[in-house]
Amino acid sequence: MAAKTIISRPIYGTLSPQPGKHHLFIADAEGALAIVDMAKMAPPGFFDGAEIVFIPGPDSKHIGALEGLRPAQFHLAPSFASLLPRLKQTLANAHMGLRLYLAGTEGLIGQAMQVALEAGIDHTSMQTEHRGSLARRMQCVHCKGITENVTTQPATCSHCGLLLLVRDHYSRRLAAFQGVCINAEDRSENPPMEETFP
Amino acid sequence: MSTGTTKLDVVVSDVVPVNELVTRFHFRRRDGQMLPTFSGGAHVVVEMRDGDRTRLNPYSLMGSPLDTREYTISVRRDDVGRGGSLFMHRSVKPGLEMVISYPVNLFSLDLRAKKHLMLAGGIGITPFMAQTAQLAGEGGNFELHYTCRTASLGTYADVLRERYDRRIRLYHDDRDERIDLDRLLSTQPLGTHLYVCGPAGMINWARDRAASLGWPSEAVHFEHFAAPQPGLPFDVTLAVSGKTIRVGEQQSLLEAIEAAGVDPPYLCRGGVCGQCETNVISYDGKFIHNDHWLSEEDHRSGCKIMPCVSRFEGRSLVLER
Repeated sequence: MAAKTIISRPIYGTLSPQPGKHHLFIADAEGALAIVDMAKMAPPGFFDGAEIVFIPGPDSKHIGALEGLRPAQFHLAPSFASLLPRLKQTLANAHMGLRLYLAGTEGLIGQAMQVALEAGIDHTSMQTEHRGSLARRMQCVHCKGITENVTTQPATCSHCGLLLLVRDHYSRRLAAFQGVCINAEDRSENPPMEETFP
Repeated sequence: MSTGTTKLDVVVSDVVPVNELVTRFHFRRRDGQMLPTFSGGAHVVVEMRDGDRTRLNPYSLMGSPLDTREYTISVRRDDVGRGGSLFMHRSVKPGLEMVISYPVNLFSLDLRAKKHLMLAGGIGITPFMAQTAQLAGEGGNFELHYTCRTASLGTYADVLRERYDRRIRLYHDDRDERIDLDRLLSTQPLGTHLYVCGPAGMINWARDRAASLGWPSEAVHFEHFAAPQPGLPFDVTLAVSGKTIRVGEQQSLLEAIEAAGVDPPYLCRGGVCGQCETNVISYDGKFIHNDHWLSEEDHRSGCKIMPCVSRFEGRSLVLER
């Protein structure tokens, strides 16, 4: 779990079953295990009103574990981008009483939260749990391009090529951390690049 | 002067009987200027000079926030209450100079909501008069469900129907009409916020049903003006000001502190806002906590009290005031 540094840096919790009529889970990779752990505390019949949307990632692990929870609906997606239209549709048709649970990487939690905020769910009323990689979604404050799965500090912007300091300053609107040029004064200065967000 | 309660010098510009229980009062500034702007759901605390006694009661502003030439409040007469509403009904006439607080909003709209679902009971309609006016001006999406005892006691029901037509649903107790709350709450689009103002029973019912049906607490807003409950008289020592005072049967602890010349902060005078929270230095006896502000743990600890609504029974009480 990520440490708190500055105030905009998201803090994640532990999934717990909420009262409600419909339960929508969105998870990637190791996030599946957060759902499996939560299921141990869930009342009988909880997953009868649940939908799980899962992005397994390249190793396709944990699919069987989630199917074993016997949710009312189970949907697999290759990437967040591919499930976006479906997610938007689900939220547009949903009623109050739907509870949202987000588990897995920060990139997944942040982007799903961004869509849910648009649909009118307060960020404080979503259940979140961070599991797996610490990789960050980063916005370059100079060219505004987004680079996914940043694991190093500093990191190179995949759009404009600047060397960026990955800050803890986070934007919920963009679902991204801010990256700021680390050698603006002297571009020949190249601090060592370390694997900070494995 | 109390925190957040800067005063306004006003004159009563009109007094209008609305029905057998409710009277409306209009205030303008004595200097002819515009009144401070406010948002739907705000209240003012009205100071009533009733003989040698000063009463301070909070009332919701019910006029449109888009028009601050005057403030309007509606007061329901309570014949068995502590006397504030009776004073308003009997003694406040056009031309009377009064002092009211700046508006304070502890029941504001969450303007991020996709839709606003409002539940009013009885005189609990007043904050919604301002909120609906604010939302209608902005093209906001709202729906108001209003329960009253009889059609003749449906204060402003006719005005609301005239203004907003089908967005207003009325329920009359004497015709046994009831809100189908579970169905209503379960069919609201995602992003709806719920607002409840009315008797404590109605607020508790709505909060309880909303929570069971999966509404997050962030989307549920409520306002309840609890009048201070009477009780046995008790003595209090104020450590900071070095005074010992007696709290009368019909007086709140806050009122007794004010009567002793100490000026503690307050905003709601109803046990919800937290402004008047006071540390207890020592006590021998038991607290009667009537507030909705302190946690259960605070209540048990005996370290804090909300003097606007809470009381004490016992031998001694020392407060940090």
